[in-house]
Amino acid sequence: MSKILIIAEHADGKLNAGLSKVLAAAQKIGGEIDVAVLATDGASVAAEAATLAGVTRVLQIDNANNAHPIAVVLAPQIVELAGRGYSHILFPGTTTGKDVAPRVAAKLGVPQVSDVMAVHSATSFDRPIYAGNAILTVEAPAGVVVATVRLASFTAVAAGNSAAVEKVSVSAAAPAGTRFVSIQAAKADRPDLQSAARVVSGGRALGSSENFSIIYKLADKIGAGVGASRAAVDSGYVPNDMQVGQTGKIIAPELYFAIGISGAIQHLAGIKDARTIVAINKDPEAPIFEVADIGLVGDLFTVVPELEGKL
Amino acid sequence: MKVLVSVKRVVDYNVRIQIKPDGSGVVTDGVKHSMNPFDEIAMEEAVRLKEKGKVTEIIAVTLGGAKGEETLRTALAFGADRAIHVKEEGEIQPLTAARALAAIFKKEGAQILFTGKQAIDDDANQTAQMTAALLDLPQATFASKVELDGTKAQVTREIDAGLETLEVDLPAVISADLRLNEPRYLKLPDIMKAKKKTIEAVSFADLGVEAAASLKTIKTTPPPTRSKGVMVKTVDELVSALKAKGLV
Repeated sequence: MSKILIIAEHADGKLNAGLSKVLAAAQKIGGEIDVAVLATDGASVAAEAATLAGVTRVLQIDNANNAHPIAVVLAPQIVELAGRGYSHILFPGTTTGKDVAPRVAAKLGVPQVSDVMAVHSATSFDRPIYAGNAILTVEAPAGVVVATVRLASFTAVAAGNSAAVEKVSVSAAAPAGTRFVSIQAAKADRPDLQSAARVVSGGRALGSSENFSIIYKLADKIGAGVGASRAAVDSGYVPNDMQVGQTGKIIAPELYFAIGISGAIQHLAGIKDARTIVAINKDPEAPIFEVADIGLVGDLFTVVPELEGKL
Repeated sequence: MKVLVSVKRVVDYNVRIQIKPDGSGVVTDGVKHSMNPFDEIAMEEAVRLKEKGKVTEIIAVTLGGAKGEETLRTALAFGADRAIHVKEEGEIQPLTAARALAAIFKKEGAQILFTGKQAIDDDANQTAQMTAALLDLPQATFASKVELDGTKAQVTREIDAGLETLEVDLPAVISADLRLNEPRYLKLPDIMKAKKKTIEAVSFADLGVEAAASLKTIKTTPPPTRSKGVMVKTVDELVSALKAKGLV
């Protein structure tokens, strides 16, 4: 039977919601599911994790070195925990999970399964390659399975559990040579593009950075994050952290507005998993209409303000 | 200061990939290839550091088949001083790649390994971290800003929560994210000059590296296709359609 360890992510004493999706993946694997909370004082995070369905026990690893989730510091502790008979070590597919997991896999001498999107068995998984344009079914070799879970692919488990919380100490020393300096939190005035339930993106047809204001207005009206096509970024209308697409951010919102975006492959690769895609474009032949759930041919400069007024 | 830049030859990001009908993989024969875009950014960063006088030598490394030489020529045109080609025609998974890079890093006595945060073909996002782990070195992944200061580097990282800055002692491994820089357009004289630079071919055996246990590919399939939706004629119809789906 599988014995699964999930590494919980947290910040400011709060559990990252990704854990409930990793738990959904773990339940598909089946077996005992432990959650590790590596923190300086993980009591509140551990208590929160213990309420989630499927959790067998929560391991609370309090360690003064765990003030910030630094891969070099966390990896040796996780490797030590792995030695307690775990068959699987799962991480959320967040930037932290992606930073730490390969370090753990390399130390354990096993390959890593990145971005698990479906579980076929304890050792067989689907994962996306080519920005989701192909799906690979892989079989992990004998040994511990180390994987990151693609959060957009799983539905959160329910709460209502009351699993045991155990304090566990590890002896792994923190390697020197890496120091946390600062964190500059993303601007909080709009939802984060990567995790927003709604996203409004603009393309080259906006014509200028000033004109992008109609995109922001619509986004603010519906509480959406704002993205852009590579063409809009390359034209200098918006900074490149807003780029959605294969070489930018790959997103999976519930609702996606593609406005004045023709639908280059590059861009489509980044929005494949959006639940509903709405396209507004002047050109009825634009490839974006091939993938849109709802399409409207029209001049964005009249359509978008009208839409904003009517929502 | 000597730095290593690992670059990978991948299907060009503008190519609409095709999956082989028998599900055995993605069609790569006769398809345009180029340097992995994130590796280009890593390469550009190394060259800028050299132009600022912070780096003295740049060694580009690639792992893969004979055609990897084209990618190394591109790296040399960017400004790498020399290149190492780890020749292997078969598939190379991240842990095996990390073993080879770690061996070269040690042998060269490099101070930084720069590479892209992930390759846009396998999207694994593992090699930099695994190499750092095998070398027991600090890592700063997803870098959007790198400042070198003698024996240390301050690296700003693009993480879900915003921008995190870490200070790492060198030697260290740094992986490049999209915002780190905008790679230059290569000029013909640089491309010509690159042809005269040295590419050293080595094998895994030369490096004393054995292939790691790897994931077995069972099959490659297309993603579920999106069916074409409905076209609406007016904003009012659009609003009703959104309301009908419970989206607004």
